[in-house]
Amino acid sequence: MASPAHKATSVRPAAPVALLVLAGIGATFFVVPLLGLVLRTPWGATWDQLRSPEVLTALRLSLLASVSATAIALALGVPLAWTLARLTFPGRAVLRAVTVLPMVLPPVVGGVALLLAFGRSGLFGGWLATAFGVHLPFTTAGAILAETFVAMPFLVITVEAGLRSMDTRFEDAARTLGASRWTVLWRVTLPLIRPSLVAGAVLCWARALGEFGATITFAGNFPGRTQTMPLAVYLALETNPDAAIVLSLVLLAVSLAVLIGLRDRWLGSS
Amino acid sequence: MRRGIGSFELDVDLRVEPGEVVAVLGPNGAGKTSILRGLAGLLPLDAGRVALDGVVLEEPAAGRFVPSERRPIGMVFQDYLLFPHLTVLENVAFGLRSRGTPKPAALATARQWLERVGLAGEAQRKPRSLSGGQAQRVALARALATNPALLLLDEPMAALDASTRVELRRDLRRHLESFRGVRLLVTHDPVEAMAMADRLVILEHGRVLQSGTPAEVTQRPRSRYVADLVGVNLFRGRANNNVITITDGGSLMATGASDGEVFAVVHPRTVALYRSRPDGTPRNVWEGRAVDLDFEGDRVRVQVAGPPAIVAEVTPAAISELGLDRGDRVWIGVKATEISVYPA
Repeated sequence: MASPAHKATSVRPAAPVALLVLAGIGATFFVVPLLGLVLRTPWGATWDQLRSPEVLTALRLSLLASVSATAIALALGVPLAWTLARLTFPGRAVLRAVTVLPMVLPPVVGGVALLLAFGRSGLFGGWLATAFGVHLPFTTAGAILAETFVAMPFLVITVEAGLRSMDTRFEDAARTLGASRWTVLWRVTLPLIRPSLVAGAVLCWARALGEFGATITFAGNFPGRTQTMPLAVYLALETNPDAAIVLSLVLLAVSLAVLIGLRDRWLGSS
Repeated sequence: MRRGIGSFELDVDLRVEPGEVVAVLGPNGAGKTSILRGLAGLLPLDAGRVALDGVVLEEPAAGRFVPSERRPIGMVFQDYLLFPHLTVLENVAFGLRSRGTPKPAALATARQWLERVGLAGEAQRKPRSLSGGQAQRVALARALATNPALLLLDEPMAALDASTRVELRRDLRRHLESFRGVRLLVTHDPVEAMAMADRLVILEHGRVLQSGTPAEVTQRPRSRYVADLVGVNLFRGRANNNVITITDGGSLMATGASDGEVFAVVHPRTVALYRSRPDGTPRNVWEGRAVDLDFEGDRVRVQVAGPPAIVAEVTPAAISELGLDRGDRVWIGVKATEISVYPA
């Protein structure tokens, strides 16, 4: 702060007072709820709550579902991102819009749409049931499907942006060295966009972990089967507020960790 | 080969003999890199033919196209494009691995190549930490490790410091000499082209203007671009009975010119300047206006508007003796025997 440059900035024309007041209220608006959560946490009982069967069950299921959703999103989302970034074909804009839609769609609507497609009497649901004996609604697989539906767009747009900004001449260089398209993808393209892959996967996972609307609509709320953490929080608020708070705290910690992990990408250096 | 790129069309006929180093020389935007990309299969042709050692790699009319990864080529890119996530050794082994050589054998061969270019000690480093000259040698080793039949180099010296360029050019020339296959490099730097190549191909606006040994090209330039590079006056016109009628206006008298379309080259040092009309010797005398005086060390290049326009190179002493300044009228004298004429 002793440098002349800093002094110069500190004597810049003062910001309008009204603006600062409003900004302060805005900041408070974010801080107060978090403060409420942290202050109301029964710290003494936290450990016991964390080890209670209902919390553990929800934790385990949430981890399983969110990691599976991320894995599926990687397997399907990376090829989709590559297609959107590298190929020109009619309808590409439409395809991208459809891919990104779940990001802005109310999750409940996503859940309803999934029910209508994969439900017992849905578009594919009946066929899945008769042909393969697969029932998605109200199962863990259904919860994973719902989370994937809502979370995959985050991975797709992050990876697509990475693919667009990479220098494709590296791929040319690999091809002149005899690498097939597949080798180029695995040994050059994906390693070069690794930061985008990691960021996309983390964002996707965080979104999947917090998914509520589509999951409860499509998969229901069965403890141990489809009751993920957000669902458990919502329910526990009525019956066992302390458990709700502890679960919320876990989710908050995860969010903070994601934010810190991606700080270079999101918070900027300035 | 022919290929349209936007409003630009590349149309060249290029032949490289085995054992020969050919440099494609041309200004930026002439289509040099496109030629390399076309040969490498990275830029499919609209028409034409690419053949290497008698094997046709590409011929759109015949529906033939061998993709890059199956062409026996090695390419050194302008900024080398070493894979940043791999070590130097892995970079050099990349081509062999991609072509199915088992990992231990590929790494062993890569190690030999690094030794040949004097970088065995840098094998485990990442490309980011290399100097420009080291990166260039890694790129060369990577391109040669697969034992290609054709080596393509895109502006191999452009990414290097001016201070190290001379030495690195000699190194590169030596490495190129030890390679048996066909070698083609493109550059916009005439010094680099002449230092490295046995034959020059002058490219401008996607067309080949001239091809020949560096000596042939510099002694008998066939384009304004080369004439400017070499620093000589180039005229194009029609010769009849030792009188050349210049296309851009004016005429010159030259001895030994065969009739027909010709180029005439006049070296600026052989152009004499006078304040008043000279008597006697020079066969070509005309008056013009000195539009620009350019002091370069102990020489002054005087641009005179014609017709014909010409550049004279004289000493600063001569300038002060003539009392010549920008905008002054001046007489020009060129001996007929100092004009070299060759068919266009």
